[in-house]
Amino acid sequence: MASDRDASGYGTTRAGGTATIAPPEPRPGDPPITPELVDDHGLSPDEFAQIQRILGRDPTFTELGVFSAMWSEHCGYKNSKRMLRLLPTQAPWVIQGPGENAGVIDVGGGYALAFKIESHNHPSAVEPYQGAATGIGGILRDVFTMGARPVATLNSLHFGDLNRPRVRYLFGGVVKGIGDYGNCVGIPSTGGEVYFDRGYEENPIVNAMCLGLMRKEELIRGTAEGVGNTLMAVGARTGRDGIHGATFASEELSEGDDEASRPQVQVGDPFTEKLLLEASLELIASGHIVGIQDMGAAGLTSSGAEMAGRSGTGVEMDVALVPVREDGMTPYEILLSESQERMLVVAAAGREDAVREILEKWELEAETIGHVTASGAFRVLEDGVVVADIPALPLTEGCPTYERPGEEGAEVRGLRTMDIAPHVEPPAGLRDAFLRVVGSPNVASKQWVYEQYDTTVRANSIERPGGDAGVIRIPGTNRGVAASTDCNGRHTYLNPRVGAMGAVAEAARNVACTGAVPMAITNCLNFGSPLKPHIMHQFREAVLGMRDACGYLETPVTGGNVSFYNETDGKAVYPTPVIGMIGVMEDLDTIVRHPFQDAGDAILLLGTNTGELGGSEYLYAVHDLVAGEPPGVDLAAERALQRCILAMAARRVLKSAHDTASGGLSATLTESCLGRPRKGAGVGASVRFEDDLPDTALLFGEDHGRIVVSCAPGDEASVRGLAADYGVPCARIGTVTGEESPLRIETPTAALQLGLDTLRERYFGAIPGIMDEAG
Amino acid sequence: MNVAIITFPGSNCDQDCHRSVDVAGGSPSYVWHRETSLSGADAVVVPGGFAHGDYLRPGAIARFSPIMDSVVDFARGGGLVVGICNGFQVLCEAGLLPGALLRNESLRFQSHDCTMRVERADTVYTSEYREGQVIRMPLSHADGNYYADPETLAELEDGGRVVFRYCDASGAVSELANPNGSLNNIAGIVNARGNVLGMMPHPDRAFDPALGSVDGLPLFTSLVGALARAEVA
Repeated sequence: MASDRDASGYGTTRAGGTATIAPPEPRPGDPPITPELVDDHGLSPDEFAQIQRILGRDPTFTELGVFSAMWSEHCGYKNSKRMLRLLPTQAPWVIQGPGENAGVIDVGGGYALAFKIESHNHPSAVEPYQGAATGIGGILRDVFTMGARPVATLNSLHFGDLNRPRVRYLFGGVVKGIGDYGNCVGIPSTGGEVYFDRGYEENPIVNAMCLGLMRKEELIRGTAEGVGNTLMAVGARTGRDGIHGATFASEELSEGDDEASRPQVQVGDPFTEKLLLEASLELIASGHIVGIQDMGAAGLTSSGAEMAGRSGTGVEMDVALVPVREDGMTPYEILLSESQERMLVVAAAGREDAVREILEKWELEAETIGHVTASGAFRVLEDGVVVADIPALPLTEGCPTYERPGEEGAEVRGLRTMDIAPHVEPPAGLRDAFLRVVGSPNVASKQWVYEQYDTTVRANSIERPGGDAGVIRIPGTNRGVAASTDCNGRHTYLNPRVGAMGAVAEAARNVACTGAVPMAITNCLNFGSPLKPHIMHQFREAVLGMRDACGYLETPVTGGNVSFYNETDGKAVYPTPVIGMIGVMEDLDTIVRHPFQDAGDAILLLGTNTGELGGSEYLYAVHDLVAGEPPGVDLAAERALQRCILAMAARRVLKSAHDTASGGLSATLTESCLGRPRKGAGVGASVRFEDDLPDTALLFGEDHGRIVVSCAPGDEASVRGLAADYGVPCARIGTVTGEESPLRIETPTAALQLGLDTLRERYFGAIPGIMDEAG
Repeated sequence: MNVAIITFPGSNCDQDCHRSVDVAGGSPSYVWHRETSLSGADAVVVPGGFAHGDYLRPGAIARFSPIMDSVVDFARGGGLVVGICNGFQVLCEAGLLPGALLRNESLRFQSHDCTMRVERADTVYTSEYREGQVIRMPLSHADGNYYADPETLAELEDGGRVVFRYCDASGAVSELANPNGSLNNIAGIVNARGNVLGMMPHPDRAFDPALGSVDGLPLFTSLVGALARAEVA
């Protein structure tokens, strides 16, 4: 194994200020530190030796638990950090890059936007309802601990084949969990994606993203500044739930884990979260506190150590002072509990009562549990007796990092290089293929999902789910923020680099289609075990693809999350680097939406049809095949296209804009014709393509860099002119034909006529049909 | 024209109601649920949300919040009280409106636009609508399935106290247009005196064309107008 210790040089020297404190003794009842125990804690012999060097002695059981959590993949990023350093993270509008609770960008008008995406895959695989619910809870806390009020959430969900009962159970539970939690707290869901493929059979991908707004001056960070300031535990009490969740999230699942893992899944309480949200924002505004952080993964351990680590200070806390749910909890348990809806707050010395008063208004507890020190140590006492004493910086930053060898897996190489030409011909005709593609759960409307989420609370939802990107108004202004999450897992499976570039390009294109300028991303990197060379290959390639696309499209990475070990019995999920893209719209009056509007409007295609069927929904839905080279990404063309569509939006010459993605032009045209559910009958269209491509490649190819727009006939010349200015190919392909008329498509070799009722039934009826009828 | 917006710890539409009243020309102010006085408010809005988490039953705990005694006294004295969504549930639990809001027939949370017919344009809350007008606004609830016993239902219908009814885009009241199983497609009702209104859909999310609908605004302008007339009188 090509491991290699971090070169940070902590060695055996202890951080200063600890000379007068005796090292901790083992507590009565602690198990002896054996190689087996170390192994059970997910630490390698080399890592254990590193811990001995940092401490200058053996760790106690409590300390071993602390290291295990902080040096887990989830908190320590030990297998990803070196690659992540390659990602672009800077731009003039980036206020806070990676390393904080959330990234922050300047969105103009004096406002800053905090945003982040995070995974809750492992808990959701075991208990979908609570797993997903607590995922929402955690990402909200990451955002409001920056001082920002959450204004929108998005979810990127990937499941197995929806025809399997277990997948329906997971899907239904996850959606209900997200809904019940977010609805209660009162944060609108404005978008996201739901994806189904055999590649996620046992391990669903559940990624939650949150956007929060604040005035720029309201930004606060997760730091423990000011020696003598007071540490306070705020919110829910600490229980025995979720102990070692961070370590759990850093292991593979195996059969039978459902039972064994239950205690590591936490239970969410959205009402307490709502109280915590309001109390935290009031606390931050009050000026009584200097730092605040969610007790998320690894609970009190990570929040305490990270706040000290960021500030270069130390913390000292007594676990006997932490409000607990049950008696007899050990320091080990209190430090590693992942009970939900808790915060660690650093109050300015002397302001503890004022802090308590605010918390009491919101019916929450706040207890003093310790203080900030100059020792540089993460020191924990139990009734005054030291039980852990660890230099904070090596604990948070000294986790050994690895750069493991990677190599493309033989199976995927075979699929990627497979000749898909024999499958270009649709077995039951073009019309059958068309209806299968638009009725596939991947392409079909996700109305069944998003109508279980409150999408309109707070009365700022300008574009709700179901379009290219959700758009939220910045209250009191006419500015908007657009957001989209994207990752086509099949593309990233077949070619992780190209697929990841495509995910960034598609996310940016979605945001641009609404008229918002793509600004920055957060990412959630969901992979199998990094110890396996073919997974490491996927990870490295995906990071390189993101690096190139984010650099070229000028959308830096402001943070995110890595989730490895998404495997069951050795079978990994598709590599799934989910991109959460943020865009800014200076004038909401320039917003563009995806439905065609009026009969007689001209339909034009921006970009070029190249007919790439590799990794397409067509091959999956019609031929049950995941194969071929996924569509390539021409970043220069993509950038020109996006700048072009933004110029058209700004000039207000468009009636609609909708990009092509999964399902290709068949999906784009169907969606633009049908418009939104519950809102009129939709409009027909008549289009004709002259491309010399096979019909399936033309209609179902998922080539990047294309947008279908419509405009009033009088604006067609302006649209063409702007396309020419930006060097974007632009062709008139048809005309909107009005209500009651069908979607007519002609190619050089075929003609299709599809009634809107038929399309509506396929597109809106697919997922309800499976969920409500199969049960 | 001071309109008190009652804020429970789990209210999450308080800001939307505040903005709606403001846009309609009224003077909104928040009143925390632990207060015991409405401080001279001219009208009361009980907003949507999950007042106390609603883990038991929507509104079941909220009715015991200290402010509710004042709200009940105010309503009994003829004061104007509007409950929207969770606020409607709270008013039913507090006995200010008859009936109950059961779990949606779908057994799911539902969040989407709905269309309603304005059945009465002669109440203080609907004077700015036309009778029979079809209006569209979001609904967003898990428990919006209006139920009352047959006698109560007959009283409501006979007394013309059903103010809003779910309908299709053409105004036809049908089962298909009923989103949640409510009896007689009931979306909103008033008490016998006509001063207390409860409704499940959200006029507070339909006050601005950018939000997709302005059909909620007349409810607030009707209310503010009624208060203005009362002031003159």
